[in-house]
Amino acid sequence: MFTHYSLKKLFGALGMLLLATLPMLAFGDEAAAPAPTPDKGDTSWMLVSTALVLMMSVPALALFYGGMVRSKNALSVLMQVFVVFSLITVLWCVYGYSLAFTEGGAWFGGFDRLFLKGTFDAATGAFSMGATFSKATPITELVFVAFQATFAAITGALILGAFVERVKFSAVLIFMVLWFTFAYIPIAHMVWFWMGPDAYTAANVVDAMNAKAGMLWQWGALDFAGGTVVHINAGVAGLVGAYLVGKRIGFGKEHMAPHNLTLTMIGASLLWVGWFGFNAGSALEANNSAALAFMNTFLATACAVLSWTFGEWIFKSKPSMLGAASGAVAGLVAITPAAGNVGIPGAFVIGTAAGLVCLWGVNQLKRWLKADDSLDVFGVHAVGGILGALLTGVFNSPDLGGPGFYNNWFEMKQGFGGIGAQVLIQAKAVGVTIVWSAVVAAVAYKIADWTVGLRVTPDEEREGLDTASHGESAYRL
Amino acid sequence: MKLVTAIIKPFKLDDVRDALAEVGVQGVTVTEVKGFGRQKGHTELYRGAEYVVDFLPKVKIEVAIDAKQLDRVIEAITKAARTDKIGDGKIFVYDLEQVVRIRTGETGKDAL
Repeated sequence: MFTHYSLKKLFGALGMLLLATLPMLAFGDEAAAPAPTPDKGDTSWMLVSTALVLMMSVPALALFYGGMVRSKNALSVLMQVFVVFSLITVLWCVYGYSLAFTEGGAWFGGFDRLFLKGTFDAATGAFSMGATFSKATPITELVFVAFQATFAAITGALILGAFVERVKFSAVLIFMVLWFTFAYIPIAHMVWFWMGPDAYTAANVVDAMNAKAGMLWQWGALDFAGGTVVHINAGVAGLVGAYLVGKRIGFGKEHMAPHNLTLTMIGASLLWVGWFGFNAGSALEANNSAALAFMNTFLATACAVLSWTFGEWIFKSKPSMLGAASGAVAGLVAITPAAGNVGIPGAFVIGTAAGLVCLWGVNQLKRWLKADDSLDVFGVHAVGGILGALLTGVFNSPDLGGPGFYNNWFEMKQGFGGIGAQVLIQAKAVGVTIVWSAVVAAVAYKIADWTVGLRVTPDEEREGLDTASHGESAYRL
Repeated sequence: MKLVTAIIKPFKLDDVRDALAEVGVQGVTVTEVKGFGRQKGHTELYRGAEYVVDFLPKVKIEVAIDAKQLDRVIEAITKAARTDKIGDGKIFVYDLEQVVRIRTGETGKDAL
């Protein structure tokens, strides 16, 4: 009796097992084939791109910003960029990556990858795989984690330019933890999280898989490398910071000219180089899309250098080095959402427009806003980001030389819904980013203000943050 | 003895030094200074911010000489430092009471 029962149970279990394997067998060859392994070319390119984006923050952004402040605050800016970059990198590996890039809701991801758990199985030596934009073309998930870590970290560092020379170091750290958690992570999830091309296994799962993606991705917003996630996000947080931290003592009266534009030029140039990793790396593969993004990044930046320079020459007074360097950054920012999403005509127009519009952003618009956004984080990054995001909707059109986009990831068919419709989607994504970032930033600054205070004392500000906050000075001449 | 102090354009320093050597001046003291005269300052533009630079960089040279050399020294400096444009600078002449060479203790004209 006992044996009979056991056998029955055993057969029952075997039957269940057979049933469970049936769907797999139904896929036939595909299921039997070994899982695809990462392409070594893709892996190499993504590792190099990751290092390039690291270089964009330290030293490039640090030097770009550091040269523009007065010599008594030079080290404080380098220090803020260095430490904020490191802080966010650590937070990224603790919870940031998991909340941004795992399946969850429309706004936040889940907790599956806390402390990057599950990316590497020590027992079997197996690494988990991440998706790219091609079917059966994975990359090692840790490569994607590292690449995206540099994006999160540079975004925080970008904000610093709005309130340098008077902000308290401890307040910066508190603000960054809060803003990164409640603004960067959700915007990154909303714009960039999706299930990956391999999840679209059949025509009838397309809607279900789309529904698991981030909210702005579902709307169809195009953001190749971070126009919304990085630049508008940071630019808006910077402007709110400039208002809440307040103007520098003597702003508009005292001499606050950049102390070393040589450093600024080196920084801008290294940003240009590093941005190839940022934009072309966002293709996630070493392929045609990366090549397109690379060329667009190259060309748009050169256009923006020229348009800012000539704009300044014609409308202001002389063509300045700071203007050329600012034009480069404006062009890089504006081409970021467009990089692999537009063709060469788009790069010409977006780059040229960025130089002129951001020149307006740091002059007329800045005077209207009446904020001491010291290094023009809003005027360059938010303005350039918005311009780029909207024009991406225009020049993505195949009629204007753009590649269009996949509107069905099962059939991998290129499509384009019309310029007006796409620009409207882009505008909605920009609007969500502006409101979300501004609200989170305002609350985060207030919390930093209530806990440690946002500003150093007036005496410390006059003395300079290098000695007052960090006990060292940049130059002994 | 006279002390001649001249404020000149920085890029004229080498010409002035050579001219002074030619008229027999034994030593010159040079200081980098800032100031303004009728030339006034200039404005600098950094993105949207305009700053007036009130004090321009100049070089101050000081020469201690025998009173007999004065005319030749003034002529040498004037000729060498002149560009005929505003901002060429000025020469000030003072009476000099005493000079001491520290190494030997010599005083007066012997110490020049």
